[in-house]
Amino acid sequence: MLLNIAKAFLMGGFICMLGQLVINFTHLTNGKILVMFLIIGAILQGFGLYQPLIDVFGAGASVPISGFGCSLVNGALDGIRAEGFFGAIKGGLQATAPGIATAIIFGYINALLFRPRTKKK
Amino acid sequence: MKEIKNINTKEIIEQSKIKSYKNDVKKTPYMDYVFNVSPKSSHFKNLFWAYFVGGLICALGQIIIDLLVQNGIEDKVASVFASCILVALAACATGLGIYDKLGRFAGAGSTVPITGFSNAMVAPAIEFRSEGMIYGLGAKMFTVAGPVVVNGVVISCAIAIIHLLLGV
Repeated sequence: MLLNIAKAFLMGGFICMLGQLVINFTHLTNGKILVMFLIIGAILQGFGLYQPLIDVFGAGASVPISGFGCSLVNGALDGIRAEGFFGAIKGGLQATAPGIATAIIFGYINALLFRPRTKKK
Repeated sequence: MKEIKNINTKEIIEQSKIKSYKNDVKKTPYMDYVFNVSPKSSHFKNLFWAYFVGGLICALGQIIIDLLVQNGIEDKVASVFASCILVALAACATGLGIYDKLGRFAGAGSTVPITGFSNAMVAPAIEFRSEGMIYGLGAKMFTVAGPVVVNGVVISCAIAIIHLLLGV
């Protein structure tokens, strides 16, 4: 179990460090970084290269947003095997719906509970 | 007549300069000023904190997965469940104002993990709630998450169709 955690720490840290490198040299905003890593993860999984990373490093590869892109593509590919063209359309969101729905529901609850904070510099 | 023509050409030249500035945002004096004034932090420190915090978040995810698997939940389900728990935790941390403090020194370490996606949804939802429940909270929640979901769905569908056409 400790080995698994160490592997996740190393790989997850490495992916985040790549993101920080991109930010340092290009000054891109957070949203663009998220979309960029999502697309990188999706394309890698398109060639079947990202799932092996998840198999080896566990959460280290699946928790970063590129893992989100990977599960979108996995869902779409599973859908196409099960239902053909229609599966390709619904598969991606079906696979990632739990994460998105959790973010929406908890975002809503938190927006009801908390007031916006003034930003201190 | 000649004088009038000269004035006109001068005006035209000035206008064209303004236009060229408008087309090229990066070359305006304002952007130069912004670049000079914005704080420069050391690359090494940034990278270290991004690695450390990003690694910690992923390690936490792995701990949750391992605990779920020990309690007899399937591997694949555990992975999805763990990311849901992380998303929920990050949403609460954003509400309490902890995640902002973390993001100030962690940079990409707090953006790239799925918790950053959650933070990007919840933070504007809290901030724009005062503009109303529908066009404030409901719409602003997707300012960052919208592009992520849209691009993700389009690219996953495109990749799946390419696979179908190639018969892989």
